[in-house]
Amino acid sequence: MIRFEKVYKRYADGFQALKDINLDLEAGKIHVFIGPSGCGKSTTMKHINRLITPTEGKVFIDGEDITAVNPVQLRRKIGYVIQNIGLFPHMTIAENVAVVPRLLKWDEIKIQNKVNELLSLVNLPPETYRNRFPGELSGGQQQRVGVIRALAAEPDIILMDEPFSALDPISREQLQDELTNLQENIQKTIVFVTHDMDEAIKIADNIVLMKAGEVIQVGTPEQILRHPANDFVKEFIGKKRLVEHRENTMFTNFDEGVPSVREVMIDKPVTAAPQRGLASSLNLMEQRRVDSLIVVDKHRKLLGYAPILNVLGHISDETKVLADVMQSFTFSVKPEDPFTAALEYMGQNNAPYVPVVNEENILVGAVTRGSIVRLMSEVYPVIEEVL
Amino acid sequence: MQTLKDMAAYIGENYDLLLIYTGQHLLMVVCGVFLALIVGTLLGIVCARFKKAAPFILAIANIIQIIPSLALLAILMVYFGLGFYTVVAGLFLYSLLPIIRNTYVGLDQVDQSLIEAGHGIGMTYFQLLLKVQLPLAMPFIMAGLRIAAVIAVGVATIAPFVGGDGLGREIFSGINSRNDMRIFVGAIPASLLAIIADLVLGRMERKMKYTTKPKTS
Ligand SMILES: Nc1ncnc2c1ncn2[C@@H]1O[C@H](COP(=O)(O)OP(=O)(O)OP(=O)(O)O)[C@@H](O)[C@H]1O
Ligand SMILES: [Mg+2]
Repeated sequence: MIRFEKVYKRYADGFQALKDINLDLEAGKIHVFIGPSGCGKSTTMKHINRLITPTEGKVFIDGEDITAVNPVQLRRKIGYVIQNIGLFPHMTIAENVAVVPRLLKWDEIKIQNKVNELLSLVNLPPETYRNRFPGELSGGQQQRVGVIRALAAEPDIILMDEPFSALDPISREQLQDELTNLQENIQKTIVFVTHDMDEAIKIADNIVLMKAGEVIQVGTPEQILRHPANDFVKEFIGKKRLVEHRENTMFTNFDEGVPSVREVMIDKPVTAAPQRGLASSLNLMEQRRVDSLIVVDKHRKLLGYAPILNVLGHISDETKVLADVMQSFTFSVKPEDPFTAALEYMGQNNAPYVPVVNEENILVGAVTRGSIVRLMSEVYPVIEEVL
Repeated sequence: MQTLKDMAAYIGENYDLLLIYTGQHLLMVVCGVFLALIVGTLLGIVCARFKKAAPFILAIANIIQIIPSLALLAILMVYFGLGFYTVVAGLFLYSLLPIIRNTYVGLDQVDQSLIEAGHGIGMTYFQLLLKVQLPLAMPFIMAGLRIAAVIAVGVATIAPFVGGDGLGREIFSGINSRNDMRIFVGAIPASLLAIIADLVLGRMERKMKYTTKPKTS
């Protein structure tokens, strides 16, 4: 467990970077420090491996005051992913990952095994990447190496300072997933700095929200979302949400009335041609995880739907195609209709979805239960008043 | 045309002596520059570590550099006597500035985040220096070495003034006997040495460059 006790930090130039930081960071959990740029997240984190010493107050690891430990020894037991990756450009990937085990004078065979194991873990095949130099890797690959370098010596504590910041959203999500999966196996105490609320909510067991050198709120993502401590926290959560809203033009005019079907529908429901064989239809359903296919002709004119039970019922008959087993829809909506029309029908008939067609009976989308749920979560974001 | 033929004939007759001169020349340069590489790198490290000392060290090296080479060799002769050691000492002093300055700049330009990374994962000051800073400063140090070597090859040609050997002997004999051809026979190999040193060290310098800029693909 990491414990901050009344930590104050004033930099040499007189800048008061931290004020009265008190924290208990439970072992084996992911703790995310979040807050606006310059609020002291990195400064707080660097107290843990003594890159920064407090002006006042103390930091403890497992009850031991860390000023009692030799800083070099201390740091070798704490993995560290710095804000700018910091791979050594003159060392190969394998050498970079092996730096700390070498400092700790591990057996060479053990080191190599560890390096290979870690590279495989983050999907960088060792045969390909071991002997490359950091300059030959993409930004995302470099950040992966930065992360596993911190894991190499099997530390109990890992500090990560905005480790995924330089990534495009897709690699970023991927690495977040990798990290949470990894954590299930390794159960380290991870301190993770970010200023992305979505990232924090996704990976954190515990969020530490900071502002101008002070801790404003500590809690699980759930607690912080449900009970933001003050306006700053609300704004910090809310601002992001506003941005999302703006990106999501779907709902811009929701306040002015009931959204239309167009705003709610999914525009790519799973469709199939009437000539499609039953086995391949089943396969498609499995792949897309749906229990019925909307059947359309090659102009996307709506023909009907084939529920999985109909398909299974005739599966042994190799001559049958979707056209033979499909049923026609008894109800459809137009994109301009209020979405409540679809909702009402789905509620009364217990229908899983309603197809959306235009004047020429061409399929343009579908209102599904999923789209309704998504709409509800947008309309009623998780804030305390609602709960 | 006639002179070229004469020159070829002369070189043919005296190639053993010329080779000896070239060897002596190289030996003086290598000794002087090598000593400067060791001392200069150390002083450069001191400059980078103790920023306050840097201006003093660099100023002294600068002053040495300003002293005309003949004067410097003459002063050194007072202490080291005639011959090899005086020349080596002179070349050593002349080579210091580029090496100190480049080591200092090279260490200083190492990305601060790499130094933080090194500290953060538990390297001691010396480990950081040996494993991270010096390797990354290498292209700069090599550039300093290259400049020093080229200067030293040139300065070494005046070695005979203080009783030294090398290709300068041939040049001086040429001057004394008013024999232009012998001047060329001494000067051309000396120039070639400088060019070769420049090329070889320049190539080593480029080989030592690294970057972390991610691939853009
Ligand atoms: N060595 C230093 N000397 C003086 N002030 C510093 C120093 N390092 C950081 N600061 C200041 O302390 C404050 C906190 O810095 P810190 O790096 O902890 O911020 P951060 O929360 O990590 O921000 P970011 O998200 O931009 O990384 C900033 O205002 C910064 O300018
Ligand atoms: Mg920071």
